Amino acid sequence: MQKYSVFSLIKNAFSDHQNWEVAWKDPTPKKEYDVIIIGGGGHGLATAYYLAKEHNITNVAIIEKGWIGGGNVGRNTTIIRSNYMHDDNALFSEFGMDLWRKMSQDLNYNVMFSPRGIINLAHSDAQMNAYSRRGNSMRLNGIDAVLLNREEVQKRIPMADFSDNVRFPIFGGLMQPSAGTARHDAVAWGYARQADSMGVDIIQNCEVTGFDVTKGKIVGVRTSRGDIKAKKVGLCVAGSTNILAEMLNMTLPIETHLLQACVSEPVKPLLDHVVTFGAGHFYCSQSDKGEMVMGGDLDGYNSYSQRGNLPTLQHVLTEGIAMFPFLSKLKMLRTWGGIMDMSMDGSPIIDKTHIDGLYLNCGWCYGGFKATPASGWTFAHTIAQDRVHELNAGYSLNRFNTGDLIDEKGLGTKTWIS
Amino acid sequence: MLYIFCPHCGLRSQNEFAYGGDATVKRPELNKEISDKDWDNFVYLRKSPRGKHLELWHHISGCRQWIKVERDTSTHEIFKTYKADELTE
Repeated sequence: MQKYSVFSLIKNAFSDHQNWEVAWKDPTPKKEYDVIIIGGGGHGLATAYYLAKEHNITNVAIIEKGWIGGGNVGRNTTIIRSNYMHDDNALFSEFGMDLWRKMSQDLNYNVMFSPRGIINLAHSDAQMNAYSRRGNSMRLNGIDAVLLNREEVQKRIPMADFSDNVRFPIFGGLMQPSAGTARHDAVAWGYARQADSMGVDIIQNCEVTGFDVTKGKIVGVRTSRGDIKAKKVGLCVAGSTNILAEMLNMTLPIETHLLQACVSEPVKPLLDHVVTFGAGHFYCSQSDKGEMVMGGDLDGYNSYSQRGNLPTLQHVLTEGIAMFPFLSKLKMLRTWGGIMDMSMDGSPIIDKTHIDGLYLNCGWCYGGFKATPASGWTFAHTIAQDRVHELNAGYSLNRFNTGDLIDEKGLGTKTWIS
Repeated sequence: MLYIFCPHCGLRSQNEFAYGGDATVKRPELNKEISDKDWDNFVYLRKSPRGKHLELWHHISGCRQWIKVERDTSTHEIFKTYKADELTE
Protein backbone atom coordinates (compact mmCIF):
# COMPACT_ATOMS: atom_id res chain seq x y z
CA MET A 1 0.00 0.00 0.00
CA GLN A 2 1.16 3.45 -0.90
CA LYS A 3 1.92 5.45 2.26
CA TYR A 4 0.39 8.90 2.44
CA SER A 5 3.04 11.52 3.28
CA VAL A 6 4.34 14.85 2.10
CA PHE A 7 6.79 12.97 -0.11
CA SER A 8 4.13 10.87 -1.84
CA LEU A 9 2.13 14.07 -2.30
CA ILE A 10 5.03 15.83 -4.01
CA LYS A 11 5.86 12.77 -6.09
CA ASN A 12 2.27 12.50 -7.32
CA ALA A 13 2.10 16.20 -8.05
CA PHE A 14 4.59 15.60 -10.89
CA SER A 15 2.08 13.34 -12.62
CA ASP A 16 -0.89 15.65 -11.97
CA HIS A 17 -2.20 13.25 -9.30
CA GLN A 18 -3.26 10.77 -11.99
CA ASN A 19 -1.34 7.79 -10.58
CA TRP A 20 -2.55 7.43 -6.99
CA GLU A 21 -3.39 3.85 -6.01
CA VAL A 22 -7.07 3.19 -5.34
CA ALA A 23 -7.78 3.41 -1.60
CA TRP A 24 -9.52 0.02 -1.62
CA LYS A 25 -10.28 -2.54 -4.29
CA ASP A 26 -13.58 -3.78 -5.65
CA PRO A 27 -13.21 -7.59 -5.38
CA THR A 28 -15.58 -10.33 -6.49
CA PRO A 29 -16.73 -12.33 -3.47
CA LYS A 30 -14.79 -15.55 -2.85
CA LYS A 31 -16.58 -18.85 -2.17
CA GLU A 32 -15.56 -18.93 1.47
CA TYR A 33 -14.13 -16.72 4.22
CA ASP A 34 -13.01 -17.29 7.78
CA VAL A 35 -15.07 -14.31 8.91
CA ILE A 36 -17.80 -12.31 7.21
CA ILE A 37 -18.72 -8.95 8.66
CA ILE A 38 -22.15 -7.79 7.55
CA GLY A 39 -22.27 -4.01 7.34
CA GLY A 40 -19.51 -1.81 5.91
CA GLY A 41 -20.08 1.11 8.23
CA GLY A 42 -17.57 2.48 10.71
CA HIS A 43 -18.04 -0.39 13.16
CA GLY A 44 -17.83 -3.11 10.50
CA LEU A 45 -14.73 -1.60 8.89
CA ALA A 46 -13.07 -1.14 12.27
CA THR A 47 -13.90 -4.72 13.22
CA ALA A 48 -12.28 -6.06 10.05
CA TYR A 49 -9.25 -3.83 10.58
CA TYR A 50 -8.70 -5.02 14.16
CA LEU A 51 -9.33 -8.67 13.17
CA ALA A 52 -6.42 -8.34 10.77
CA LYS A 53 -4.20 -6.16 12.93
CA GLU A 54 -4.71 -7.62 16.41
CA HIS A 55 -5.66 -11.20 15.63
CA ASN A 56 -3.98 -11.93 12.31
CA ILE A 57 -7.26 -13.00 10.72
CA THR A 58 -7.17 -11.65 7.17
CA ASN A 59 -9.43 -14.01 5.23
CA VAL A 60 -12.28 -11.63 5.96
CA ALA A 61 -15.05 -10.09 3.88
CA ILE A 62 -17.11 -7.02 4.64
CA ILE A 63 -20.50 -7.19 2.96
CA GLU A 64 -22.21 -3.84 2.45
CA LYS A 65 -25.60 -3.43 0.77
CA GLY A 66 -24.87 0.21 -0.16
CA TRP A 67 -21.53 1.90 -0.39
CA ILE A 68 -18.72 2.67 2.07
CA GLY A 69 -19.54 5.87 3.94
CA GLY A 70 -23.20 5.91 2.88
CA GLY A 71 -24.75 4.84 6.16
CA ASN A 72 -24.64 6.24 9.66
CA VAL A 73 -20.86 6.70 9.57
CA GLY A 74 -21.49 9.48 7.06
CA ARG A 75 -24.68 10.75 8.68
CA ASN A 76 -23.68 11.51 12.27
CA THR A 77 -22.66 14.75 13.94
CA THR A 78 -19.04 13.59 14.46
CA ILE A 79 -18.97 13.97 18.25
CA ILE A 80 -16.48 11.93 20.29
CA ARG A 81 -16.73 11.76 24.09
CA SER A 82 -16.56 9.46 27.10
CA ASN A 83 -18.56 11.47 29.64
CA TYR A 84 -20.46 8.50 31.05
CA MET A 85 -21.30 7.74 34.65
CA HIS A 86 -21.68 3.96 34.63
CA ASP A 87 -18.45 1.94 34.71
CA ASP A 88 -19.24 -0.22 31.68
CA ASN A 89 -19.86 2.80 29.46
CA ALA A 90 -17.08 4.92 30.94
CA LEU A 91 -14.29 2.35 30.65
CA PHE A 92 -15.37 1.25 27.18
CA SER A 93 -15.56 4.82 25.85
CA GLU A 94 -12.34 5.94 27.49
CA PHE A 95 -10.55 2.98 25.90
CA GLY A 96 -11.99 4.32 22.65
CA MET A 97 -10.65 7.83 23.38
CA ASP A 98 -7.14 6.38 23.41
CA LEU A 99 -7.73 4.79 20.03
CA TRP A 100 -9.10 8.10 18.70
CA ARG A 101 -6.00 9.99 19.83
CA LYS A 102 -3.73 7.57 17.93
CA MET A 103 -6.02 6.99 14.96
CA SER A 104 -4.53 9.31 12.35
CA GLN A 105 -1.03 7.85 12.87
CA ASP A 106 -2.35 4.31 13.20
CA LEU A 107 -4.32 4.45 9.94
CA ASN A 108 -1.89 6.74 8.07
CA TYR A 109 -4.98 8.81 7.32
CA ASN A 110 -5.82 12.23 8.70
CA VAL A 111 -9.12 11.78 10.53
CA MET A 112 -8.89 15.38 11.77
CA PHE A 113 -9.46 14.41 15.41
CA SER A 114 -10.09 17.66 17.21
CA PRO A 115 -10.27 17.39 21.02
CA ARG A 116 -12.07 20.69 21.48
CA GLY A 117 -14.03 19.71 24.59
CA ILE A 118 -17.72 19.13 25.19
CA ILE A 119 -19.87 21.20 27.55
CA ASN A 120 -23.19 19.85 28.84
CA LEU A 121 -25.18 22.87 30.04
CA ALA A 122 -27.09 22.79 33.35
CA HIS A 123 -30.20 24.87 33.90
CA SER A 124 -31.02 24.23 37.57
CA ASP A 125 -29.36 23.49 40.91
CA ALA A 126 -30.58 19.92 40.70
CA GLN A 127 -28.92 19.50 37.34
CA MET A 128 -25.66 20.95 38.68
CA ASN A 129 -25.79 18.33 41.48
CA ALA A 130 -26.40 15.56 38.96
CA TYR A 131 -23.49 16.78 36.81
CA SER A 132 -21.25 17.02 39.84
CA ARG A 133 -22.07 13.38 40.61
CA ARG A 134 -21.46 12.32 36.99
CA GLY A 135 -18.21 14.31 36.84
CA ASN A 136 -16.94 12.63 40.01
CA SER A 137 -17.81 9.20 38.62
CA MET A 138 -15.93 10.05 35.45
CA ARG A 139 -12.85 11.17 37.38
CA LEU A 140 -12.88 7.97 39.43
CA ASN A 141 -12.62 6.14 36.10
CA GLY A 142 -9.71 8.32 34.96
CA ILE A 143 -11.74 10.53 32.60
CA ASP A 144 -11.22 14.29 32.69
CA ALA A 145 -14.26 16.22 33.92
CA VAL A 146 -14.57 19.85 35.01
CA LEU A 147 -17.63 21.39 36.64
CA LEU A 148 -18.05 24.94 35.33
CA ASN A 149 -20.05 27.69 37.02
CA ARG A 150 -22.11 30.23 35.08
CA GLU A 151 -19.22 32.69 34.66
CA GLU A 152 -16.85 29.99 33.45
CA VAL A 153 -19.39 28.83 30.89
CA GLN A 154 -19.94 32.42 29.76
CA LYS A 155 -16.22 32.85 29.19
CA ARG A 156 -16.16 29.82 26.90
CA ILE A 157 -19.43 30.33 25.01
CA PRO A 158 -20.36 34.03 25.29
CA MET A 159 -22.82 33.71 22.40
CA ALA A 160 -25.19 31.56 24.49
CA ASP A 161 -28.23 33.28 25.99
CA PHE A 162 -27.08 34.73 29.33
CA SER A 163 -29.78 37.41 29.46
CA ASP A 164 -32.11 37.80 32.44
CA ASN A 165 -35.47 36.77 31.06
CA VAL A 166 -34.83 33.30 29.73
CA ARG A 167 -36.95 30.23 30.37
CA PHE A 168 -33.91 28.04 31.01
CA PRO A 169 -31.11 30.14 32.52
CA ILE A 170 -27.62 28.65 32.37
CA PHE A 171 -26.46 27.67 35.88
CA GLY A 172 -23.21 26.09 34.72
CA GLY A 173 -22.08 22.98 32.95
CA LEU A 174 -20.05 19.81 32.95
CA MET A 175 -17.08 19.83 30.61
CA GLN A 176 -14.95 16.99 29.29
CA PRO A 177 -11.97 18.86 27.81
CA SER A 178 -10.58 15.80 25.99
CA ALA A 179 -13.81 15.17 24.06
CA GLY A 180 -14.18 16.55 20.55
CA THR A 181 -14.95 15.77 16.94
CA ALA A 182 -13.39 13.97 13.96
CA ARG A 183 -13.96 13.89 10.22
CA HIS A 184 -16.44 11.03 9.98
CA ASP A 185 -15.88 10.12 6.31
CA ALA A 186 -12.14 9.98 6.86
CA VAL A 187 -12.69 7.45 9.65
CA ALA A 188 -14.59 5.16 7.26
CA TRP A 189 -12.12 5.67 4.42
CA GLY A 190 -9.07 5.26 6.68
CA TYR A 191 -10.30 1.97 8.16
CA ALA A 192 -11.41 0.71 4.73
CA ARG A 193 -8.03 1.49 3.15
CA GLN A 194 -6.03 -0.21 5.91
CA ALA A 195 -8.33 -3.25 6.11
CA ASP A 196 -8.12 -3.66 2.33
CA SER A 197 -4.34 -3.43 2.38
CA MET A 198 -4.19 -6.28 4.92
CA GLY A 199 -6.25 -8.56 2.70
CA VAL A 200 -9.85 -7.86 3.73
CA ASP A 201 -12.34 -7.98 0.83
CA ILE A 202 -14.69 -4.98 0.88
CA ILE A 203 -17.75 -6.03 -1.12
CA GLN A 204 -20.15 -3.19 -1.81
CA ASN A 205 -23.62 -3.32 -3.40
CA CYS A 206 -24.13 -6.75 -1.88
CA GLU A 207 -27.24 -7.27 0.22
CA VAL A 208 -27.68 -10.17 2.63
CA THR A 209 -30.87 -12.08 1.84
CA GLY A 210 -30.57 -15.01 4.24
CA PHE A 211 -28.38 -17.17 6.45
CA ASP A 212 -27.32 -20.80 6.34
CA VAL A 213 -27.44 -22.31 9.80
CA THR A 214 -26.84 -26.04 10.30
CA LYS A 215 -27.24 -27.76 13.68
CA GLY A 216 -27.10 -24.48 15.54
CA LYS A 217 -23.96 -23.34 13.76
CA ILE A 218 -23.58 -20.65 11.12
CA VAL A 219 -22.15 -21.94 7.85
CA GLY A 220 -22.69 -19.05 5.47
CA VAL A 221 -24.77 -16.16 4.23
CA ARG A 222 -26.92 -15.78 1.16
CA THR A 223 -26.47 -12.53 -0.69
CA SER A 224 -27.63 -10.72 -3.80
CA ARG A 225 -24.25 -11.69 -5.27
CA GLY A 226 -24.46 -15.39 -4.45
CA ASP A 227 -23.98 -17.67 -1.45
CA ILE A 228 -20.81 -17.21 0.57
CA LYS A 229 -19.57 -19.72 3.14
CA ALA A 230 -18.10 -18.53 6.42
CA LYS A 231 -16.89 -20.03 9.68
CA LYS A 232 -17.94 -16.94 11.60
CA VAL A 233 -20.34 -14.08 10.87
CA GLY A 234 -20.59 -10.74 12.65
CA LEU A 235 -23.63 -8.47 12.38
CA CYS A 236 -22.76 -4.77 12.40
CA VAL A 237 -25.76 -3.21 10.70
CA ALA A 238 -27.12 -0.59 13.13
CA GLY A 239 -30.69 0.32 12.10
CA SER A 240 -31.05 -2.75 9.90
CA THR A 241 -30.40 -5.17 12.77
CA ASN A 242 -34.04 -6.20 13.14
CA ILE A 243 -34.30 -7.03 9.42
CA LEU A 244 -31.44 -9.53 9.70
CA ALA A 245 -32.67 -10.78 13.07
CA GLU A 246 -36.00 -11.68 11.49
CA MET A 247 -34.17 -13.85 8.91
CA LEU A 248 -32.57 -15.64 11.86
CA ASN A 249 -35.86 -15.99 13.79
CA MET A 250 -34.46 -13.81 16.57
CA THR A 251 -36.38 -11.06 18.32
CA LEU A 252 -34.14 -8.45 19.90
CA PRO A 253 -34.50 -5.70 22.53
CA ILE A 254 -34.04 -3.17 19.71
CA GLU A 255 -36.30 -0.77 17.85
CA THR A 256 -35.31 1.13 14.72
CA HIS A 257 -35.89 4.87 14.81
CA LEU A 258 -35.04 7.84 12.66
CA LEU A 259 -32.63 10.53 13.85
CA GLN A 260 -32.08 13.78 11.99
CA ALA A 261 -29.17 16.17 11.85
CA CYS A 262 -28.59 19.39 9.98
CA VAL A 263 -25.99 22.03 9.20
CA SER A 264 -26.34 25.77 8.74
CA GLU A 265 -24.62 27.90 6.15
CA PRO A 266 -20.93 28.42 7.03
CA VAL A 267 -20.00 31.36 9.23
CA LYS A 268 -16.71 32.61 10.68
CA PRO A 269 -15.31 30.64 13.67
CA LEU A 270 -17.33 31.42 16.79
CA LEU A 271 -17.95 28.17 18.66
CA ASP A 272 -14.84 26.46 20.05
CA HIS A 273 -16.56 23.51 21.76
CA VAL A 274 -19.29 20.95 21.37
CA VAL A 275 -22.23 22.21 23.45
CA THR A 276 -25.39 20.41 24.56
CA PHE A 277 -28.60 22.01 25.81
CA GLY A 278 -29.53 20.69 29.24
CA ALA A 279 -33.26 21.41 29.26
CA GLY A 280 -34.09 19.43 26.15
CA HIS A 281 -32.24 17.47 23.52
CA PHE A 282 -30.09 19.64 21.28
CA TYR A 283 -26.38 19.71 20.56
CA CYS A 284 -24.21 21.89 18.40
CA SER A 285 -20.64 22.23 17.20
CA GLN A 286 -18.97 24.15 14.40
CA SER A 287 -17.34 22.29 11.55
CA ASP A 288 -13.97 23.27 10.10
CA LYS A 289 -15.85 24.71 7.12
CA GLY A 290 -17.77 26.98 9.51
CA GLU A 291 -21.16 25.27 9.40
CA MET A 292 -23.05 24.88 12.66
CA VAL A 293 -23.61 21.11 12.98
CA MET A 294 -26.79 20.38 14.94
CA GLY A 295 -28.92 17.48 16.08
CA GLY A 296 -31.32 16.38 18.77
CA ASP A 297 -34.39 14.21 19.16
CA LEU A 298 -35.51 11.14 17.26
CA ASP A 299 -38.47 11.63 14.93
CA GLY A 300 -40.40 9.66 17.53
CA TYR A 301 -41.92 6.64 15.78
CA ASN A 302 -40.46 3.42 14.34
CA SER A 303 -38.92 4.22 10.98
CA TYR A 304 -36.63 2.72 8.37
CA SER A 305 -36.69 5.74 6.07
CA GLN A 306 -33.40 7.62 5.97
CA ARG A 307 -35.06 11.00 5.69
CA GLY A 308 -36.59 13.23 8.33
CA ASN A 309 -39.87 14.93 9.02
CA LEU A 310 -40.24 18.65 9.71
CA PRO A 311 -42.07 18.79 13.09
CA THR A 312 -39.11 17.22 14.90
CA LEU A 313 -36.62 19.46 13.14
CA GLN A 314 -38.63 22.50 14.14
CA HIS A 315 -38.83 21.29 17.74
CA VAL A 316 -35.08 20.62 17.94
CA LEU A 317 -34.12 23.97 16.40
CA THR A 318 -36.47 25.81 18.76
CA GLU A 319 -34.35 24.43 21.59
CA GLY A 320 -31.24 25.44 19.67
CA ILE A 321 -32.42 29.01 19.38
CA ALA A 322 -33.28 29.09 23.09
CA MET A 323 -29.64 28.21 23.76
CA PHE A 324 -27.93 30.15 20.95
CA PRO A 325 -30.28 32.97 19.79
CA PHE A 326 -27.97 33.83 16.84
CA LEU A 327 -28.93 30.53 15.17
CA SER A 328 -32.28 32.06 14.16
CA LYS A 329 -30.45 34.36 11.72
CA LEU A 330 -28.66 31.53 9.88
CA LYS A 331 -29.94 29.77 6.80
CA MET A 332 -30.22 26.00 6.82
CA LEU A 333 -27.85 24.36 4.37
CA ARG A 334 -28.68 20.67 4.62
CA THR A 335 -30.76 18.27 6.68
CA TRP A 336 -30.62 14.50 6.59
CA GLY A 337 -31.58 11.41 8.57
CA GLY A 338 -30.20 8.04 9.56
CA ILE A 339 -31.80 5.02 11.20
CA MET A 340 -30.74 4.14 14.73
CA ASP A 341 -30.76 0.81 16.53
CA MET A 342 -32.36 1.98 19.79
CA SER A 343 -31.85 -0.54 22.59
CA MET A 344 -34.22 -0.89 25.54
CA ASP A 345 -31.77 0.45 28.12
CA GLY A 346 -29.93 2.93 25.90
CA SER A 347 -26.69 0.92 25.88
CA PRO A 348 -25.23 -1.24 23.11
CA ILE A 349 -24.92 -5.00 22.68
CA ILE A 350 -21.62 -6.64 21.64
CA ASP A 351 -21.96 -10.34 22.28
CA LYS A 352 -22.14 -13.91 21.05
CA THR A 353 -25.57 -15.30 20.18
CA HIS A 354 -27.31 -18.65 20.68
CA ILE A 355 -26.10 -19.57 17.16
CA ASP A 356 -22.53 -20.87 17.17
CA GLY A 357 -20.26 -18.58 15.14
CA LEU A 358 -22.78 -15.72 14.93
CA TYR A 359 -21.88 -12.51 16.72
CA LEU A 360 -23.98 -9.43 17.35
CA ASN A 361 -22.99 -5.75 17.48
CA CYS A 362 -25.95 -3.36 17.78
CA GLY A 363 -27.96 -1.04 20.00
CA TRP A 364 -25.81 2.07 19.56
CA CYS A 365 -28.69 4.54 19.95
CA TYR A 366 -27.37 8.10 19.68
CA GLY A 367 -23.73 7.19 20.32
CA GLY A 368 -22.48 5.00 17.49
CA PHE A 369 -19.87 7.22 15.89
CA LYS A 370 -17.73 7.90 18.94
CA ALA A 371 -17.72 4.17 19.72
CA THR A 372 -16.36 3.20 16.29
CA PRO A 373 -12.79 2.20 17.29
CA ALA A 374 -13.66 0.63 20.66
CA SER A 375 -16.60 -1.23 19.15
CA GLY A 376 -14.44 -2.57 16.32
CA TRP A 377 -11.65 -3.51 18.70
CA THR A 378 -13.84 -5.39 21.19
CA PHE A 379 -16.03 -6.97 18.50
CA ALA A 380 -12.91 -8.24 16.71
CA HIS A 381 -11.75 -9.74 20.01
CA THR A 382 -15.14 -11.33 20.64
CA ILE A 383 -15.18 -12.90 17.16
CA ALA A 384 -11.53 -13.99 17.08
CA GLN A 385 -11.45 -15.49 20.60
CA ASP A 386 -15.08 -16.59 20.66
CA ARG A 387 -15.47 -14.87 24.03
CA VAL A 388 -16.20 -11.33 25.12
CA HIS A 389 -13.45 -9.00 26.30
CA GLU A 390 -13.82 -7.49 29.77
CA LEU A 391 -14.45 -4.12 28.11
CA ASN A 392 -17.63 -5.37 26.44
CA ALA A 393 -18.64 -7.96 29.05
CA GLY A 394 -21.34 -5.58 30.30
CA TYR A 395 -22.80 -5.19 26.81
CA SER A 396 -24.30 -8.67 26.90
CA LEU A 397 -27.49 -9.70 25.17
CA ASN A 398 -28.81 -11.57 28.19
CA ARG A 399 -28.63 -8.57 30.52
CA PHE A 400 -32.28 -8.02 29.68
CA ASN A 401 -32.96 -11.36 31.40
CA THR A 402 -30.51 -11.07 34.26
CA GLY A 403 -31.47 -7.52 35.16
CA ASP A 404 -27.97 -6.10 34.73
CA LEU A 405 -29.18 -3.21 32.60
CA ILE A 406 -26.90 -0.26 31.88
CA ASP A 407 -29.52 2.45 32.09
CA GLU A 408 -27.26 5.47 31.82
CA LYS A 409 -30.23 7.79 31.46
CA GLY A 410 -32.85 5.70 33.26
CA LEU A 411 -35.36 6.14 30.45
CA GLY A 412 -36.93 2.70 30.35
CA THR A 413 -38.21 0.93 27.30
CA LYS A 414 -39.82 3.88 25.49
CA THR A 415 -36.90 4.07 23.10
CA TRP A 416 -38.37 6.97 21.14
CA ILE A 417 -38.48 9.27 24.17
CA SER A 418 -35.09 10.85 24.48
CA MET B 1 -45.67 15.88 8.45
CA LEU B 2 -47.78 12.79 9.06
CA TYR B 3 -51.55 13.17 8.88
CA ILE B 4 -53.31 10.68 11.11
CA PHE B 5 -57.01 9.90 10.89
CA CYS B 6 -58.33 9.84 14.44
CA PRO B 7 -61.42 7.58 14.51
CA HIS B 8 -63.01 10.05 16.94
CA CYS B 9 -61.99 13.44 15.47
CA GLY B 10 -61.03 12.95 11.82
CA LEU B 11 -57.84 13.81 9.98
CA ARG B 12 -55.32 15.67 12.16
CA SER B 13 -51.62 16.53 11.93
CA GLN B 14 -49.04 14.48 13.84
CA ASN B 15 -48.33 17.47 16.10
CA GLU B 16 -51.51 16.62 18.03
CA PHE B 17 -50.38 13.05 18.74
CA ALA B 18 -47.90 11.29 20.98
CA TYR B 19 -46.45 7.94 19.95
CA GLY B 20 -47.13 4.88 22.08
CA GLY B 21 -45.13 2.11 20.43
CA ASP B 22 -45.84 -1.39 19.12
CA ALA B 23 -49.53 -2.26 19.57
CA THR B 24 -49.01 -5.99 19.05
CA VAL B 25 -47.12 -6.46 22.32
CA LYS B 26 -49.47 -8.33 24.65
CA ARG B 27 -49.28 -7.90 28.40
CA PRO B 28 -49.32 -11.30 30.16
CA GLU B 29 -52.63 -12.06 31.84
CA LEU B 30 -53.05 -10.94 35.41
CA ASN B 31 -52.99 -13.43 38.29
CA LYS B 32 -51.48 -16.17 36.16
CA GLU B 33 -48.17 -17.89 36.67
CA ILE B 34 -45.56 -16.48 34.27
CA SER B 35 -41.89 -17.32 33.94
CA ASP B 36 -39.26 -14.59 34.39
CA LYS B 37 -38.14 -15.16 30.83
CA ASP B 38 -41.63 -14.61 29.39
CA TRP B 39 -42.03 -11.46 31.44
CA ASP B 40 -38.63 -10.13 30.26
CA ASN B 41 -39.55 -10.86 26.67
CA PHE B 42 -42.82 -8.95 27.06
CA VAL B 43 -41.02 -5.95 28.53
CA TYR B 44 -37.98 -5.79 26.21
CA LEU B 45 -38.35 -7.64 22.93
CA ARG B 46 -39.75 -5.89 19.85
CA LYS B 47 -40.06 -7.09 16.27
CA SER B 48 -39.65 -3.55 14.86
CA PRO B 49 -40.51 -4.64 11.31
CA ARG B 50 -39.65 -2.79 8.13
CA GLY B 51 -43.02 -2.42 6.42
CA LYS B 52 -46.47 -2.69 8.01
CA HIS B 53 -46.45 -1.88 11.72
CA LEU B 54 -49.45 -1.72 14.04
CA GLU B 55 -48.78 0.92 16.67
CA LEU B 56 -50.42 2.96 19.40
CA TRP B 57 -50.81 6.73 19.18
CA HIS B 58 -52.30 9.01 21.82
CA HIS B 59 -54.38 11.95 20.54
CA ILE B 60 -53.01 13.95 23.43
CA SER B 61 -53.74 17.44 22.10
CA GLY B 62 -57.16 16.39 20.80
CA CYS B 63 -59.68 13.95 22.22
CA ARG B 64 -57.02 12.32 24.45
CA GLN B 65 -58.03 8.85 23.26
CA TRP B 66 -55.52 6.12 22.47
CA ILE B 67 -55.83 4.78 18.92
CA LYS B 68 -54.19 2.08 16.82
CA VAL B 69 -52.51 3.03 13.55
CA GLU B 70 -51.36 0.70 10.81
CA ARG B 71 -48.41 2.42 9.16
CA ASP B 72 -45.53 1.51 6.86
CA THR B 73 -42.24 2.11 8.65
CA SER B 74 -40.27 2.67 5.45
CA THR B 75 -42.67 4.86 3.45
CA HIS B 76 -44.67 6.33 6.39
CA GLU B 77 -47.89 5.54 4.51
CA ILE B 78 -50.85 5.11 6.88
CA PHE B 79 -53.21 2.33 5.79
CA LYS B 80 -55.86 2.29 8.48
CA THR B 81 -56.58 3.54 11.96
CA TYR B 82 -58.67 1.91 14.69
CA LYS B 83 -60.15 2.77 18.05
CA ALA B 84 -58.01 1.33 20.85
CA ASP B 85 -60.47 -1.45 21.67
CA GLU B 86 -61.32 -2.25 18.06
CA LEU B 87 -60.20 -5.64 16.75
CA THR B 88 -57.59 -5.33 14.04
CA GLU B 89 -57.45 -7.45 10.93
